[in-house]
Amino acid sequence: MSVVDDETGVRELAAIAEGVVGRAVRGEQVEAFVLRGGETDVRVYQGDVEHFVSAQSEGIGVRVIVDGRTGFAYAGALTPDAIDEVLAEARDNVQYGTVDEFAGLAEPDGVAVSPQQLWSDELVALPTERKIALATELEQLTLALDSRVRIDDANYSDAWAVTAAATTTGISETSRENGCYVTVAALADDGDETQSGFGYSVGRTPGEIDLDRASGLAAERATRLLGATKPPSGRVTVVLDPMVTASFLSIIGSTLNGEAVVKGRSLFRDRLGESIAASAVTLVDDPTNPLAFAATETDGEGLAARRNVLIDHGVLSQFTHSSYSARRAGTVSTGNAVRGSFATTPGVGAMALALEPGSRDQEALIADLDGAVLIQSVTGLHSGVNPISGDFSAGASGLLIAGGALGSPVREFTIASTLQRMLLDLAEVGSDVEWLPGSAAGVSLVIHDVTVSGV
Amino acid sequence: MIESDVAERVLTTAMGTGGEFAEIYAEDKHSTSVGFDDGRVEQVTSGRDRGAGIRVISGDTTGFAHTADITEAGLLRAAEVAAAAAQRGGPGTAVTSLTATVARTRTIERNPDEVAKRHKVDLLVAADEAARASGRQVVQVSAGYGDSHKQVMVANTDGLWSTDTQTRVLFRINVVADGDTGMQTGYESFGRTAGFEAFESVDVADLARRAAARAITKLGARPAPSGSMPVVIRQGTGGVLFHEACGHGLEADHIAKGASVYRGKVGELVASPLVTLVDDGTMGDEWGTLSIDDEGHPTQRNVLIEDGVLTDYMYDYLRARNEQRRPSGNGRRQSYRHLPMVRMTNTFVLDGHDDPDDIISSTEQGVYVSMLGGGSVNTASGDFVFGMTEAYLIENGSVTEPLREGNLIGNGPQVLRDIDMLGNDFAMGSPGTCGKDGQGVPVGTGQPTLRVKSLTVGGTAA
Repeated sequence: MSVVDDETGVRELAAIAEGVVGRAVRGEQVEAFVLRGGETDVRVYQGDVEHFVSAQSEGIGVRVIVDGRTGFAYAGALTPDAIDEVLAEARDNVQYGTVDEFAGLAEPDGVAVSPQQLWSDELVALPTERKIALATELEQLTLALDSRVRIDDANYSDAWAVTAAATTTGISETSRENGCYVTVAALADDGDETQSGFGYSVGRTPGEIDLDRASGLAAERATRLLGATKPPSGRVTVVLDPMVTASFLSIIGSTLNGEAVVKGRSLFRDRLGESIAASAVTLVDDPTNPLAFAATETDGEGLAARRNVLIDHGVLSQFTHSSYSARRAGTVSTGNAVRGSFATTPGVGAMALALEPGSRDQEALIADLDGAVLIQSVTGLHSGVNPISGDFSAGASGLLIAGGALGSPVREFTIASTLQRMLLDLAEVGSDVEWLPGSAAGVSLVIHDVTVSGV
Repeated sequence: MIESDVAERVLTTAMGTGGEFAEIYAEDKHSTSVGFDDGRVEQVTSGRDRGAGIRVISGDTTGFAHTADITEAGLLRAAEVAAAAAQRGGPGTAVTSLTATVARTRTIERNPDEVAKRHKVDLLVAADEAARASGRQVVQVSAGYGDSHKQVMVANTDGLWSTDTQTRVLFRINVVADGDTGMQTGYESFGRTAGFEAFESVDVADLARRAAARAITKLGARPAPSGSMPVVIRQGTGGVLFHEACGHGLEADHIAKGASVYRGKVGELVASPLVTLVDDGTMGDEWGTLSIDDEGHPTQRNVLIEDGVLTDYMYDYLRARNEQRRPSGNGRRQSYRHLPMVRMTNTFVLDGHDDPDDIISSTEQGVYVSMLGGGSVNTASGDFVFGMTEAYLIENGSVTEPLREGNLIGNGPQVLRDIDMLGNDFAMGSPGTCGKDGQGVPVGTGQPTLRVKSLTVGGTAA
């Protein structure tokens, strides 16, 4: 990683953001978001570096609001010319926006930022050879676990980002964070059959990377599917593996999105204060939790990130809001403005969802079950789940559960229900919380009455 | 964007650590998008992205760096980083002379950069009005317009110097209808590798009405069945089945690593003899069309499966080089910030001989899918899923009740063999974005109406 001159980098970006905001004229609200970031990607295959990507990028997004009309522009460069062009384009785009009485930038709300340690100097100093070695060792470790295992690729990646946001409403925030992770895609062969398994480990510092865990996950998940058949169709109890739960929670999070609520697109829009889930369900979004992959000090509008309880023992207690959706809903921002990059304006979303854990691990959950299925992975969540209608249908693979123990592997089947029913049919949350890349933590879940479609 | 003498010096620097091949990919992209939601133009967005990616290949190792600074100094810095990343032996020297010129410019009539933003906004206003006028049940409409106009330049140490101008326009609409059993959605989109003139050939209000009708129809939908049964897929919408069932598995990078069920199968019968599958980057102004791929090679028409027999895989520069053959024009990347890899362009199945009505009437019980959503595949096992966003039951040879959404699941090689009827009504489908290894690129798909004799439908009904 090229070394960022940390303090100077932050100050330089802040000066750019403040400079743009300082050019606002009377009657204009202006927001500038400036980002500089970089990444390293090392991919190893059969002991050699397959590719080594070293990249740095920067950019600016400017939002202008005049009399309730919004315009936006961005550029992937921070030269004075590019910045001038972006401000001019954003101003030009204002005239085409429809007047929206709720349009406006966030105002400082007095909520204090809870400081976090999101930057690792140790990671900045990690030599290139060590990055390559991590990927190489990961490949070797995975191969050594089982003679049926081959490797598709083993990867080390790290990324850093420094941002500055400023507004005419008085927000001025900077951030810097970095992190690293390894991934390995294993293939397992048995005759003509090939199955795949994925393993990973994430860290804010290189020391947190756990190669044994990543290799073990990949090898186990690939080999245990060998010989899998299609299960019989029927309504069964499923146990979702933590990685699957994390995807499920991200979808549930999108139904609790305040912008979807005010625009009439959330299936829970009229249910605040009502019971929408089994009493075992307490769902919290807490980006101030340092364990969360997406932990952050501030949201995409520069307001302090905060802990929000969305579902409390089954009762819908709160939606996530940005300042815009909150204004329309007659409430206050929950600090859930999210920004994908400098090229977009902030939307609304959960950042660090987690279920309140139960007291038993996955093995104990399984010990009670018979005729159930452990769902190891799901596919097609983008094509078979509709968070507006609530329909849920996903391709799946996993293991049958018989007599309280894991049995034969199954694949090429679907699991289906509706999001509403799955929340109500959720019987137990495991104790095995693990933070995964993305916006939600994984944990084992037991859900009754899911339709398996196989043979 | 970059002068050829600058490119030659940058490539020479890139080869400074003993590389065998170096390449500059530069782009300058202007884009405009309009977001319309909840009865309002939310905002017009203007974007500018300009930069270059430099790749150095040395043995089996590729080094890559990119920069938004396309001055000679900026490019030289990126070249040094890429060269260091690919370094294997001692310093090397290579002199590059750019002689093999490929210059392409697709003819567009109306450069979207020169079309007043007001016209782009008006498309969405018209679509919103048409959707809302479609029925009382329509409660929400969001629509989007996007265009991009991109200058591309590729230069490499084989002497290749390619330039192109790539223009795309896109429209999409999503309608929500509300009824007694909750909300349903309907989606339509239109995309072309063309200028703003593409909107002369389509009425966005028609697309809006279609999306609204889809949402309203589904208000009365019953849960989809579960289990294996015959599935008929309407013309134009099912190309995604082939994209997932075998397209990805025919990409040479998956083949080279033995991560595809189609490895070692050239010359073998891998599909029903009814199936001829083509990937064609030259096709009209389709969404996946390109004059040159993102490695500077002209795109071409590649026959992948002919009468059920696997004829060839798709290649990028790197995989073709490893096998001493010519690239097939399938090297693509999301932007200058990304490494190219093997990707599809427009992937489609050619016409068969069956009358589409006969396909339905000869199906006793099953599912008729009139619109598919996205999909995904595990190339190693061949298992793939794809979503049905508009589907009906087939009962006694007739299309009857609408079904709620769900996924279909199958195994690629098995499903290809199970295609037992193929219509004569070929059509291309909606614009798609294909994701692979974190990169999204525009792709097209197409096919005539067809029947798969057995697929697993992932609904909740018994």
